[in-house]
Amino acid sequence: MKRLMLVVSVVFIFSGCSSPEPWVKPYERENLSDPVMNIARDPIAAGYHYHVFETRESARGAGAVTGGGCGCN
Amino acid sequence: MKLNYSIFLFALFTLLFTSKAGYAAVLPEERVDLMIHSFDGGGVEVSGPALLIRTNVASNTSVFYNYYVDNISSASIDVELGGSAYDEERVEQSVGVDFLNGKTTMNLSYTDSVENDYKANTLSLGISQDFFGDLSTLSMGYSQGIDSVGSRTGNNPMTFSSELSNIKRQNYRIGFSQILTKNSTISLGWETITDEATEQGGSGVTLNNPYRSYSFGTAGVNRSFAQEIYPSTRTSNALSIRGSYFIDTFKSAIHYEYSRFQDSWGIKSNTFAVSYVYPGKNWILDFRYRYYDQGQADFYRDMFDFANQFTFMARDKELSAFTSTSVGVSASYEFAKNGWGWIDKGSLNLSYDVLNIEYDNFRDARESQSDGSLAGVESLYTLEADIIQAYISIWY
Repeated sequence: MKRLMLVVSVVFIFSGCSSPEPWVKPYERENLSDPVMNIARDPIAAGYHYHVFETRESARGAGAVTGGGCGCN
Repeated sequence: MKLNYSIFLFALFTLLFTSKAGYAAVLPEERVDLMIHSFDGGGVEVSGPALLIRTNVASNTSVFYNYYVDNISSASIDVELGGSAYDEERVEQSVGVDFLNGKTTMNLSYTDSVENDYKANTLSLGISQDFFGDLSTLSMGYSQGIDSVGSRTGNNPMTFSSELSNIKRQNYRIGFSQILTKNSTISLGWETITDEATEQGGSGVTLNNPYRSYSFGTAGVNRSFAQEIYPSTRTSNALSIRGSYFIDTFKSAIHYEYSRFQDSWGIKSNTFAVSYVYPGKNWILDFRYRYYDQGQADFYRDMFDFANQFTFMARDKELSAFTSTSVGVSASYEFAKNGWGWIDKGSLNLSYDVLNIEYDNFRDARESQSDGSLAGVESLYTLEADIIQAYISIWY
């Protein structure tokens, strides 16, 4: 039964589905390129906020900024 | 800094000269930002200027320079318990370059930070590749930093004392961004960071702050202090999910974020953040909220039973359990939107945030300094701060 399900799945995948195509065309990206969609619109301000939190919390990484010293005493 | 530069350069130039030409990736905008910042809270005032300049030096090459100063005047709870108020200055400078070739962007940057008791140098490399009709972007990065930890002697803001500890830090980053619809994007990020400290000259300092102390004693009787003892290594992992959604009706946007963090010291944290950006005719307004909570490190206690009770002992409030919330608003006024001389456009910006941190197990030990019966039962400490940024941005 498991083997049958595997065969059916493989046949389904290769016969019924073609590789996906990009679904948002270049001419449909006007909203995405609007400045309000940039989460770090002003890098100097985003970097400062990251530094303020990083020096007072243990969490670090997966943010937008690297480097810097302590300045935390 | 012992870096194998040849490996990075090989990878960088291999990608630079083998990727196919395209039109998706773009260089960062050419702009200059000049900022004055201020943090005021918990007995600490930090303010100073910052400058960020980014310009293109070729059709496929962008460079930047960042200058940032913290002028620190501190009478924090840590300082009051372990010494006297002080002033110091931290100067951070960064330079970097971005190369663009088709759908591939590579970046290289170097950051130098100097205080009278702390020096940090960081070299970062990164690469990102657009694919799948430019709906997807994969990025990777590596950084290596060397920190030199010293101890203040006197109050000279720029004189570095003898080295107490040397820290090697390595960051490994990977990220994936995806355009979901014509109005929404999402991105995932992962970063692993390792620290390796080498004690210098029998100082007893590894990854700890040399001015901080752990506390021990008997509740209701007395509280004493001794130099903290930290592990010499730390490894942390952080995962972030960020998304943005464009609201057609108001031509505005919502941004949201969740991050999960944990490290080899037993600290776990969650971050939730949401912001709303609303554009007017010449204005852009930002409203934001951020929530952060963390659990304590395995070797943290507000008050140990006796000296040298465990191998590692700390009482840094940053390693305690706490909840941090911040609310902020920014206003940007755009000028010269149609250009003026060599300026393409500009903006004047003012930003204000209120930060509140409530500690779950870090007590205000100042209360028991003159009354031993309060030891271990003092009020839980809270920190409130005002954060202000004012800056001008010019695109050219």
